[in-house]
Amino acid sequence: MKLQIATRHALFAILELASQPERQLSAAEIAEKYDISPNHLAKVLRVLGREGMVDAARGVGGGYRFVGNARRLTLLDIIAVFEPIGASAAANREVGNDTVEGAALAQVMDEIADTTRATLSSITVNTMLKIIGRTADAGH
Amino acid sequence: MTLLRPMPHKPADATAFTIREARPEDIEQVIELDEATTGVRKASYWDDMLGTSEIPANQQFFLVAMTDGGLLGFIIGEARAWEFGSPPCGWIFAIGVDPRTRLDGIGTALFEAVCERFRRAGMTKIRTMLARDAQLLMSFFRSQGMMAGPFIELEKDLDE
Repeated sequence: MKLQIATRHALFAILELASQPERQLSAAEIAEKYDISPNHLAKVLRVLGREGMVDAARGVGGGYRFVGNARRLTLLDIIAVFEPIGASAAANREVGNDTVEGAALAQVMDEIADTTRATLSSITVNTMLKIIGRTADAGH
Repeated sequence: MTLLRPMPHKPADATAFTIREARPEDIEQVIELDEATTGVRKASYWDDMLGTSEIPANQQFFLVAMTDGGLLGFIIGEARAWEFGSPPCGWIFAIGVDPRTRLDGIGTALFEAVCERFRRAGMTKIRTMLARDAQLLMSFFRSQGMMAGPFIELEKDLDE
């Protein structure tokens, strides 16, 4: 499974801001760490702001800070802002869907989509920060 | 597995609890908590868990979180070996917490207590299985550091 660029930017931004909730970080600071476009990231941060996940402070020393609930906000919540995840294959109008083979294929693809949604909806920002901590401890 | 649903009032002493082995006199409260949170009464299942098990005490753990006011939660785990080709590991079969006391650390304390007992029993891994749509419960286990394991559960309707 491959996430779109904007989605990855959003996840990195949320994780970075949530890991330092007391700090305000600029788009440039976050972009530098992940080697991504600050302009693109700024657009993504504005979307996250509209969703109530981050708050922007203007002026000198301004930046973004995480204002969501890290114990409630899940990866699926963030990803769903930017792209559909786990949409039913049967519901998508694709070539061959009306055949028995297409229906059988949709059944298998739906199984994968269900698992994807279950995984992403069960991992909160807080849990993701713990996974990052363990990954760092493991010497990544 | 017990799902967590909202209930109206929080026990006043929810932060002062102890964890101990379940006793026969706890079972009715376990049955009631399980019924209140899952909507299904399974009295004989819980009676069997405590009363007639032939599994050695150092291989099966049925723990409860208690206050003076009664039961706040329970957890059941058992050491199993070589089922489905799996080397010995600790299975968590059920966990339930009074929904009024969510986020008070009761589930975490029960989880850590059963993990400690599994460690003493020589286990180096724990495992559980839960419904794919049990989002809160899955979030809880993931918050404890659990990740997807190497097994996939498959099933089939026998009337096919």
